[in-house]
Amino acid sequence: MTKKIKNLNLNFGPQHPAAHGVLRLILELDGEVVEKADPHIGLLHRGTEKLIENKTYMQAVPYFDRLDYVAPMNQEHAFALAVEKILKIDVPIRAQYIRVIFCEIGRILSHILNVTTQALDVGALTPSLWGFEERETLMTFYERASGSRLHANYFRAGGVHQDLPKGLEEDIAKFCETFPKIINDLESLLTDNRIFKQRNVDIGVVTKEDALDYSFSGVMIRGSGVPWDLRKSQPYDCYESLDFKIPVGKNGDCYDRYLCRIEEMKESVSIIKQCLAKMEKGPIKSLDGKISPPPKAEIKQSMEALIHHFKLFTEGYRVPKDEIYTAVEAPKGEFGVYLISDGSSKPYKCKIRAPGFSHLQSMDYLIKGHMLADVPAVLGSLDIVFGEVDR
Amino acid sequence: MKSLEDLEKKINSELTTKINNTKIKHNQIYIETDKEDMVDVAIFLKTNQDTKFRQLIDITVVDYPEQNQRFEVVYLFLSHEFNQRLIVKFSIAENEVISSLTSIFPSANWMEREVFDMYGVSFKDHPDLRRILTDYGFEGHPLRKDFPLTGHSEVRYSEEQKKVISEPVKLEQNYRNFDYESPWEGTKYIKEEIQNNDKKN
Repeated sequence: MTKKIKNLNLNFGPQHPAAHGVLRLILELDGEVVEKADPHIGLLHRGTEKLIENKTYMQAVPYFDRLDYVAPMNQEHAFALAVEKILKIDVPIRAQYIRVIFCEIGRILSHILNVTTQALDVGALTPSLWGFEERETLMTFYERASGSRLHANYFRAGGVHQDLPKGLEEDIAKFCETFPKIINDLESLLTDNRIFKQRNVDIGVVTKEDALDYSFSGVMIRGSGVPWDLRKSQPYDCYESLDFKIPVGKNGDCYDRYLCRIEEMKESVSIIKQCLAKMEKGPIKSLDGKISPPPKAEIKQSMEALIHHFKLFTEGYRVPKDEIYTAVEAPKGEFGVYLISDGSSKPYKCKIRAPGFSHLQSMDYLIKGHMLADVPAVLGSLDIVFGEVDR
Repeated sequence: MKSLEDLEKKINSELTTKINNTKIKHNQIYIETDKEDMVDVAIFLKTNQDTKFRQLIDITVVDYPEQNQRFEVVYLFLSHEFNQRLIVKFSIAENEVISSLTSIFPSANWMEREVFDMYGVSFKDHPDLRRILTDYGFEGHPLRKDFPLTGHSEVRYSEEQKKVISEPVKLEQNYRNFDYESPWEGTKYIKEEIQNNDKKN
């Protein structure tokens, strides 16, 4: 007698601690083996692109913090670069170093969160407790520079909003001395951990070809052995003058991606150190009064500064008609902004290219044939943050 | 191809009939084509040994409601091998259907779904053309320029009905869209005078 067996449909999320946000994943299971995965996204859709079309260029910056909210300044960077290229303005060298420092801090913030929560998903609790302490320190650096721990709104077209406060450079330098030991501690918990390896090695394998076809970028493509990093291949700001390595994986599985992230954090520390050593005093934003607001003290003295200030904060600066695509190497991959300006003070269109979007769409390809318990491991190593996937 | 100029020549010579216009700007190549030729152009860009645009970075649409061909569809490509970026565009009218690229680039799947969701542009031969970012049962295409910023409906939890209900947007105060055109440079007679002076010079 033959019996018909129907596959089981399982709703994973939208409220699930291992879904890393509001992901509704509809899984078709044959026993414990996943046959099909259909991610439903958009539960965090806020219409960022529409809002940006209705705001001036300066008002658009805070929306970028709210995309990938674990590494806010990296997103701002892409937008600032796009506007700068259209306006054809130069960024003072000190501002470039400050931006690179905070982008690398963002990278460490994001990688700590990802590595430790992925470990949490596969059963290790301690790394997240240790990692989050470091994140807290890094977020105080964000706060001291920008006034806010998460939603920094710090980068501007032409530089950054304000100079670093007294003592911050020294404290970041101190952090760079102590942090490598924490990475080693995390590694001692995870890298050779039998359970961690059993859960990650040979799980979610991506071949080189597929990584290209599925538009992967960042750690997802480097884990598969493609040496591609926009900081090296299409350098922006002062990355060209810095010396750093690009860690590349071999097998393209979750474990290799974990190793890449650990190595990248070490490289980020070295980049921050180099920036701190090379940084000199100087201006931190473009000196063009039509783009950067004047210092507060000057407004009280100079009529011209007062007018500039008023015009910048009501109308904003105008950007000539043009179109451009700029991308930065955000912690999660290639974060791009396709900006179309029409000569007014608001963008005509601002398409945001989020790395997580293309990573998540390959979920079906990655998870097919794996066990149900591998779903959180793969999802964790994709490094998904819903702020940027849903936009 | 090593340099962008060589690549531009190569594309122009190989795809003469399919390309309307090319230009180099901001270290990227911009190509204009027709909607019928898009699939051929994409296959060429992906497979040709001198171009190798293996990655489709994004697909998007720009809405120009005042034009006859309202939507401009934009494809962004990246070649890792030659470290080059390329942008392909073509214009379509409102109800035109375009061919899907999913068979060539699997990653086009969600990108096309997003375009469909946000602009209402349909794709032929797409395996699974559903809305992606907006809510279940959403109506309209939010990124069109004629879609209001506030949307048409809002949801709230109704205490009486004990469920989430959707109702038309009610604003206590209308959305204020200021006209920032400065009177210093904007008053009509001054503008005319400036224009006249420009003509004389």
